[in-house]
Amino acid sequence: MHPLLAIKHLNKTFTMHILQGKIIEALVDVNFEVAKGEIIGLTGKSGSGKSSLMKCIYRTYLSDGGNINYHSNDGIVDLVALNDFEILHLRKTEINYCSQFLSVIPRVTALQVVAQPLLKKGIESVIANEKAMYILNSLGLPEALWSGFPVTFSGGEQQRINVARAIIDPPKLLLIDEPTASLDPTTKDVVIEMLLGLKKQGTTIVCISHDDYTLDHLVNRRIHLEKGIIIN
Amino acid sequence: MKHNSENWLLKVEGLTKIYGTANANSIEKTGPLYDSNICPETNAIVACADINFELFPGEVLGIVGESGSGKSTIVKMLYFDMEHADGSVFFNKEPYIGKNILKESNQSKRAIRNHLMGMVYQNPRDGLNFKFTSGGNIAEKLIMAGNYHVGTIRDKATNLLEKTEVPVLRLDDLPAHFSGGMQQRVQISKAIANHPPLLFLDEVTTGLDVSVQAKVLDLIRELQQELGIAMIVVSHDLSVIRMLTDRTLVMKNGRIVEQGLTDQILQDPQHPYTQLLVSSIL
Repeated sequence: MHPLLAIKHLNKTFTMHILQGKIIEALVDVNFEVAKGEIIGLTGKSGSGKSSLMKCIYRTYLSDGGNINYHSNDGIVDLVALNDFEILHLRKTEINYCSQFLSVIPRVTALQVVAQPLLKKGIESVIANEKAMYILNSLGLPEALWSGFPVTFSGGEQQRINVARAIIDPPKLLLIDEPTASLDPTTKDVVIEMLLGLKKQGTTIVCISHDDYTLDHLVNRRIHLEKGIIIN
Repeated sequence: MKHNSENWLLKVEGLTKIYGTANANSIEKTGPLYDSNICPETNAIVACADINFELFPGEVLGIVGESGSGKSTIVKMLYFDMEHADGSVFFNKEPYIGKNILKESNQSKRAIRNHLMGMVYQNPRDGLNFKFTSGGNIAEKLIMAGNYHVGTIRDKATNLLEKTEVPVLRLDDLPAHFSGGMQQRVQISKAIANHPPLLFLDEVTTGLDVSVQAKVLDLIRELQQELGIAMIVVSHDLSVIRMLTDRTLVMKNGRIVEQGLTDQILQDPQHPYTQLLVSSIL
């Protein structure tokens, strides 16, 4: 069986034109595979290239050579080579990225932020809101905050909204950056349980984490990066 | 919806606009490499040249760039506000499929504008007739799109004002008596009155104060989600682009220097100018 994700000879450099063309090597010949239904933990110090790798997969970053072969519903495609429209289509239907920090549209309530992925798919707002309330409730976000604007929330509260939004409509591939940072131990367990629940439903997850507890309880396998190189 | 190379709504090929007398070198000797859009030989101004892109149904495309980079020129040519453009523009709607709409008769161009396009200008005075009431302005667009029943027109105008949160009581007031944000919302009502599949927005929040800007942006976002209109958003404000668009074109000296997914443009800009632009965000 084909792996869901097969990364081959992936390189990423940044050419900083405003710093006299200085070149920064973020990823150097990265190779690994992820099987369907697996949870991979990406580890490494800050600046080791974890987020760059994730952003290359999501195509927020343009890779400088190599392939990211992804087993989509329409067959195997190279995420490095697909055109922008094809990437947008995959983002809408199969691949979701959840960044470390909540970046949502201002003046949209917490509940709407979480329900949005379902609403965009045309699911009725009553059903979407119910599911959003269920998830927010499980994550222990006080009901009083549901109609508030997340911009004004604390770090941990924003984090929970971010995670809730990422999992309300389980994608085929979830890229998630530090899902449990700034959460208390109880909520951390809830998030881990929820992500394991997604895995049971068939979602494959690539997860960045610095937290050993999360890694021990969540991931099947760790991939450790140092200066853009995989060290195992 | 699945995108393939065939289902675009609008396709722009080699769109070029030059003011003054150009010669064979005018295009070659201008552009980002020369940091100028003035032809060194003839002094012709190359407002934009070799513009190529596609827009898909329901997609929101951003155009960014500094003042004078040619971004407004593009939408003005596409909306036929500007004459004598070179290049081809294809609109994938009957009866225009396969035809370069720039070469259509003036009558056909008016029909395309009236039925298939809407435009919101930076200055409400460009989009609204200040001698007509707000309702009258919306009625003008409805009549041009083929609605002639007064009762129907009034109902539709009322609905549009409700949708854009302009107090319906002010249907019969002149736009001159409105605040800037409200004028902009009346302009948006007018622009979408004919249910166009394509809407142009040219610096629509520039000059409005922050909270009013926010309301106008909210409105545009809601309309886009509700009606699924394809939009071309021209702005020099990267937060507007980030908030509204899926893909972005970056312009400098009349040329597209970079195009890509909006998050890629903002987080991994490739062209020196885009890097400068992104690093200038406050």
